[in-house]
Amino acid sequence: MHPFIYVAPRTLDEAVAVLEQHGERARPFAGGTDVLVQLRGGRFDLDAIVDMKGVPEATTLELNGSLRIGAAVPCYQVYENSAVAAAFPGLIDAASLIGGIQIQSRASLGGNLCNASPSADGICPLIVHSTVAVVRGPQGERRVPVEEFCTGPGATVLERGELLVALEVPAPARGFGAAYQRFIPRNEMDIAVAGVGSALTLDTDGTTIASGRIALAAVGPTPLFAAKASAFLAGKPATPETFAEAGEIASTEATPIGDMRGTAEHRVELVKVLTRRTLAVALGRAQANR
Amino acid sequence: MTQQETPVRKVPVACTLNGQQTEFLAAPYQSLLEALREVVGLTGTKEGCNDGNCGACTVSLDGRIVDSCLVLAAEVDGRQVDTIEGMAPPHGLHPLQQAFLEEAALQCGICTPGFLVAARALLEREPHPDEHRIRLWLAGNLCRCTGYDKIVRAVQRAADETT
Amino acid sequence: MSTTADRPAQEFKVVGSRPVRHDGVDKVLGRAQYGADVKLSGLIHGAVLRSPYAHAVIKKVDVSRAEAAPGVFAAITGNDMPVTAPRLVDMMEEVTNLKWASERVMAHGKAVYRGHPVAAVAAVDQNTALEALKLIEVEYEPLEAVISLEDAMKPDAVIIHDDLVGDHLGEKVPHTNIAEHTRTEFGDPEAAFAEAAHVLERTYTIARAHQGYIEPHSSTAFWSPDDKISVWTTTQAPFGVRSSMAAVLKVPLSDVRVVPTEIGGGFGGKIGLYMEPLAAVLSRKSGRPVKITMDRKSVFDATGPGPGGQVTAKMGVDKDGKIVAATATIRYMAGAYPGSSISAATAGIFACYKVPNVRIDAYDVVINMSKTAAYRAPGTPQATFASESLVSELCETIGMDPMEFHLLNAAEEGTRRPDGPVFPRIGNVACMEAIHNSDHFKSELGESPDGKLRGRGFASGYWNGGGNRSSVTISVNDDGVVSLVEGNPDIGGTRTTIAMQAAEVFGLPAHDVHPTVVDTDSVGYNDLTAGSRTTYASGQAAIEAARQVVEEIKKRVAMIWETEPENVSFEDSVFQNKVAPDQRFTFKEAAGKLGQTGGPVSKTGAVNVRGSGGGSFAAHLCDVEVDPETGKVQILRYTAAQDAGKAVHPSYVEGQFQGGAAQGIGWALNEEYYTSPDGVMQNASFLDYRMPTALDLPMIDAIVVEVPNTNHPFGVRGIGETSIVPPAPAVGNAIADAIGVRMYQTPMNPSRIMEALANKRNGKNGHQG
Repeated sequence: MHPFIYVAPRTLDEAVAVLEQHGERARPFAGGTDVLVQLRGGRFDLDAIVDMKGVPEATTLELNGSLRIGAAVPCYQVYENSAVAAAFPGLIDAASLIGGIQIQSRASLGGNLCNASPSADGICPLIVHSTVAVVRGPQGERRVPVEEFCTGPGATVLERGELLVALEVPAPARGFGAAYQRFIPRNEMDIAVAGVGSALTLDTDGTTIASGRIALAAVGPTPLFAAKASAFLAGKPATPETFAEAGEIASTEATPIGDMRGTAEHRVELVKVLTRRTLAVALGRAQANR
Repeated sequence: MTQQETPVRKVPVACTLNGQQTEFLAAPYQSLLEALREVVGLTGTKEGCNDGNCGACTVSLDGRIVDSCLVLAAEVDGRQVDTIEGMAPPHGLHPLQQAFLEEAALQCGICTPGFLVAARALLEREPHPDEHRIRLWLAGNLCRCTGYDKIVRAVQRAADETT
Repeated sequence: MSTTADRPAQEFKVVGSRPVRHDGVDKVLGRAQYGADVKLSGLIHGAVLRSPYAHAVIKKVDVSRAEAAPGVFAAITGNDMPVTAPRLVDMMEEVTNLKWASERVMAHGKAVYRGHPVAAVAAVDQNTALEALKLIEVEYEPLEAVISLEDAMKPDAVIIHDDLVGDHLGEKVPHTNIAEHTRTEFGDPEAAFAEAAHVLERTYTIARAHQGYIEPHSSTAFWSPDDKISVWTTTQAPFGVRSSMAAVLKVPLSDVRVVPTEIGGGFGGKIGLYMEPLAAVLSRKSGRPVKITMDRKSVFDATGPGPGGQVTAKMGVDKDGKIVAATATIRYMAGAYPGSSISAATAGIFACYKVPNVRIDAYDVVINMSKTAAYRAPGTPQATFASESLVSELCETIGMDPMEFHLLNAAEEGTRRPDGPVFPRIGNVACMEAIHNSDHFKSELGESPDGKLRGRGFASGYWNGGGNRSSVTISVNDDGVVSLVEGNPDIGGTRTTIAMQAAEVFGLPAHDVHPTVVDTDSVGYNDLTAGSRTTYASGQAAIEAARQVVEEIKKRVAMIWETEPENVSFEDSVFQNKVAPDQRFTFKEAAGKLGQTGGPVSKTGAVNVRGSGGGSFAAHLCDVEVDPETGKVQILRYTAAQDAGKAVHPSYVEGQFQGGAAQGIGWALNEEYYTSPDGVMQNASFLDYRMPTALDLPMIDAIVVEVPNTNHPFGVRGIGETSIVPPAPAVGNAIADAIGVRMYQTPMNPSRIMEALANKRNGKNGHQG
C-alpha cells in the first residue's frame, strides 16, 4: 500500500483544507471498511486519510422529528438507538444488515453513500426517505438529494475538497412506511444480488397510496430511484395486486448485468419479488404510523 | 514510490491494551492488526483475509468488536483495545475458553481467538442469547473446520455456566 | 449417539473418552504459533509478484529498480531458481513432476496461471516489500488462456506445456493437454445395459472449490552460511516439504530442516510447495531469515483448490432394482500442471455399490488455472455428486425408495470395488441403518408456513484412507509421565488422538502422555497429515512404541525382582511378578526406577502401515427449504452417519463429520471459481467466494458408527475425509425433492435454481450445466 499520512481534524474547515490540499490523493475516512480494502487491492493510492470521527458534525446523530445522521456515525449507533429505530424502521433494515457485527461497529451510512457501490444496502432506504446529503467544501455547504449523489460505480458528485457531512432524513409523514430488503445467497456477510427500498404514504382513508418511492440496488451502475414505479403507486389502492404491478414496472427500470453474484435474469426477477415484499412491509409500517 | 509531498513518519499511539497503558509507534497506514502483531508483538489476533470478511482478527475497541484489519493503528490513540491475550484471568481461563476446550469447539484453532473475543462481547451484553442470536452475532467469523455446531454449543454452555 | 456392530467390542479405558486436547489451552489463549507468527532475529519480509495473465510468455523481468529501493534486501526471478530436471515424486495425495513443482513456485519463461509467481523481493517490512513489487518491470506476451475442458481437449487446442507427454491408456501422446486417460473395467457393461430393465445416463458439472482454510500460507526460511536451510512453514507435509525443497533447490536432503508450525487448516491444500523455496533463495541472497505470507487473494488465485470438471455417469438396473452395470466418464481439470486425483475418483464413484459390470474412463486435463491440490477425499465428492444424484433420479424413475435401493445394492465385506480391491469388513450398511433409525429419518418434513418448498435428500459416500509411514518416539520420565514425539502437524486434535492410543497401552490417563510435534531433524520419517491417515497410522506407531516401552520396563522390573522378563505381566497399568504376585509396581512406580536399572527408556515405533485405513463409509440425510421466488436454499436439518471403526476421541470424530458436511454444503450451494474467459477468478475473496457462515447452517447431527477396522489394533479407521463426499448430492437430492426438478451442476446457487424452475415451467428437465 502506498504510504499515506493520517490526519484527524477537529473541525470541518480543517478537514476541507486537507482534502483541498491533496485533491483526489486524500479521502475522508470513517469506518474504513471500504477504503482500506480498496487501497490494499490497489484500486487507488492516497497520500492522506482524513479521519472524520473527531469532527462533531460528522459524528452526531440527532433525532428531532427529522433525523440527522453524521456521515461518520457507525451503523450500530443508528440501530441501537431505540427512538431512531422506532421512527425509521426502513433505515434500520439496512443499517442492521451491512456486514456482520464487527463491520457494523465501524461502517457508516454516510460512508456507504460515498463509496457509491451499485449494490450499497444503505442508499436505497435513504432515497425512499427523500434524504438529503449535506456536503461541505471550499465554497461552503451544498445540499444534494441522495438519489443524485452517486454518478457511477464508485463515483459521486463530490468535487475537490468536498466531503459529506451528514444525511438529513425528513420526519416521516403520518401514514408513511418504508422498508428495505436485499437478496443474498447466504444469510449474512454478502453483497446484495439485488436490493429494493420501498416507501409509501397512505392517504387519509388508510387504504389508498398517496405517494410512493421505490429504489433499486445492484441492478444498475448506481443505486437508482425507480421513477416510473414510484409514480405508478400514487393514487393506487394499497393491495398485493398494486405491489405486484409496481414490481413489474420497477423491473423494467432495472438494467442489471450478470456477474459472480447472480445472473441478469435472476436480478430482474428479484426486483419484482423484493418490490412486492418491501411494499407489503412498508404498508404494515404505514398503517402502524397513522 | 511516487512523489510524496508529506513525509510519512511513524506516529505515537498510546492506548489501553488489555488493561495496560501501552505506547508504541505505528506507521500511519498500518492496520491495528499489523501493529498488534508486528509492533506490539501480540500474535494471538490472526489475519485470515485482511478485508473484513473472516473475523479472525476480531478485537474489542472501546467495548465493541471490530475487525482489526479495518482499523488504523493511529485511530486507537487514547482508546481501549482488548485482544485474546487479555481474555483469561491470571493463571486461569475465561469461561468461554474453558467451554471451547470442553466442547471441542476448535479444530485447527486459527479462528478461535476471533470467535472467543466476539462471543465474549455477545455474552457481556446478552447473557442468554438463543441459538439464532449466537449464529447471527458470530456470522462475521468464519470457521472452516467445525461446521460451527460445537462452537455454538460452547457459547451456549458458557452462557449457562456463567449465570 | 453411537452404534456398535455385533462383534464383541474391545474394552477401552482411554480410547473412546473425551479429554481436553493437549494443545487446547495454548490455542484458546492465542499463544499457539501459526505460520505467520514466526519471529526470528533479523527477520525480514518477502512479497511475491504474480502474473496478471493466466497464460503468457514472460519476455523480460527486471528487478533492478526494486532491488535498489530503500529497505529492500534482495529480489529474485525465475533465473535465480535452479533448473530442475523432470522427475516424478509421489507425495501420497499428490504426484508431482519436480520440474513442474519447481516451475509452479516460480515461473521460468512462461506464466501458466493467473497468480503464477514471476519475481519476489525481501524487505525490511511487509509494506516496503509490497511497494517494491511495483518497481519490477515485466514484459509479457499474453497467450490465449485455456480454461475449459472443451477448449483444453479439442483437437486444435492451444497447448499449455510443450513438454507434456500424455499417457492415454498406456500410449505416450505428445502435444496434448490431456495428461492422462485411464480406464478401469470388468464384465460387459454394454451387454448388461442392453438387458437392463431401466438405464439412466446423466452428465454433471462440478465447480472448482477451494479448501478455504482460514490461515493463509506462510513460510519463513533461513539459508545459513554453512548451507543448512531451516524452514518454518504451515504445512501438512513437513517431510514432503523437506524432500521437494531439496530437489527444487538442488541441495542435499538432510541440509533442509523443516519446522512445522501450528497449521490453521489444510484439508489437503497445504501439502505442496509454495513459497518455501522463494523464501530460502531470498534468504541466501539477503543473509537474513525471510518470511513470506500470502494474502487471501493469492491463496485463491495461486494455490490449489479441488478440481472442477464433468462426470457422465450411467447405471442400469434389473426389474427388482438391482444394479446390473454402471459406467462413468470423469474429466477433471487439474489446473496448470497434471494431477487431479482421477484415480481416487475412479475408486470412489461406485464404491458404495455392488456393480457386476463396470467401466470408468478418467481424464486428467491441464488448463490455465492454478494447479489443483488435494482437497479432502480428493476427487471423490465431485464423482459422487454424479453417482449419488444419478441413483436418486434412477430411484425416482423406477419408483423405488432410495434407502431400499442402497440397502439392496450395498457393497459389503467381500465386494470388489470397481477399481479392483476387495472390501474388508466395512460399515456401509451399518451407516445406512443408522440413518434409517435416526430421529431425523423418522421425523416429518413438515410444511413451510410461507409458501417455501421443502425436500429431503439422502446420499452415501466413501473414502478409503491411507496408511503409510510414521515414526513416534516415546520417552518415560521419572514421574511416570511419558513424552511422545511425533512428526505429523496437528490440524484437528491428532496430538491427542495419537497420545490416547499410547495412553491406552500404558493404562495411563490421556494427560499423562505429553505429545509434541517436532521438526524433521527430531523424529523419524513421517508421511503427511492427510489421507485420513494420522490418527490411524501414526496411532499405530504410537502403539508400537508404547508396547516396546512396556517390554523394556518389564525387563527392568524383572531385574529388580530378580526374575525373568517373561514372568512379568502388565495389565491395568500395573507390572506384576507372575511368580510372586505380591511383587507389583504401578507404571509410575516402575518409571521412577529406570535410572537404577540401566538408564532411560525411550523407544521408537516406526511403521509402514500397508493397505488402507479400512475404508470409511458415510450416509447423510438433508432437509432443505427453497424459496421458489428467489432461489434461496436454506438447510433445515442435517444428519451425518459415518463409520469410525473405533472413535478414539468421539468429539473430534463428530467434529470431522460436521466440518466435512459443512464444507460439502458450501460446495453444493455457493462455492465456485467464477472465472472470466481469460482465466481471472472474479470472486477471489471470502466475501464473494461465499463459504457458509454460522447463520447458514443448522446443528449437524453426527452419528458415530463403529464397525471395527481389522487393520488396526483398536479397530480405528481414518475418518477425516469421507464426510465431504455425500453432502453435495444429499443437498441436490433434497432440492430436487423440494422443487420437483433436478440440478446437474454445482454450485446449486439461487440463479441456477431460478433457471431450473423456469426450465421446468417451459417443460425442460432441470438445470443442465
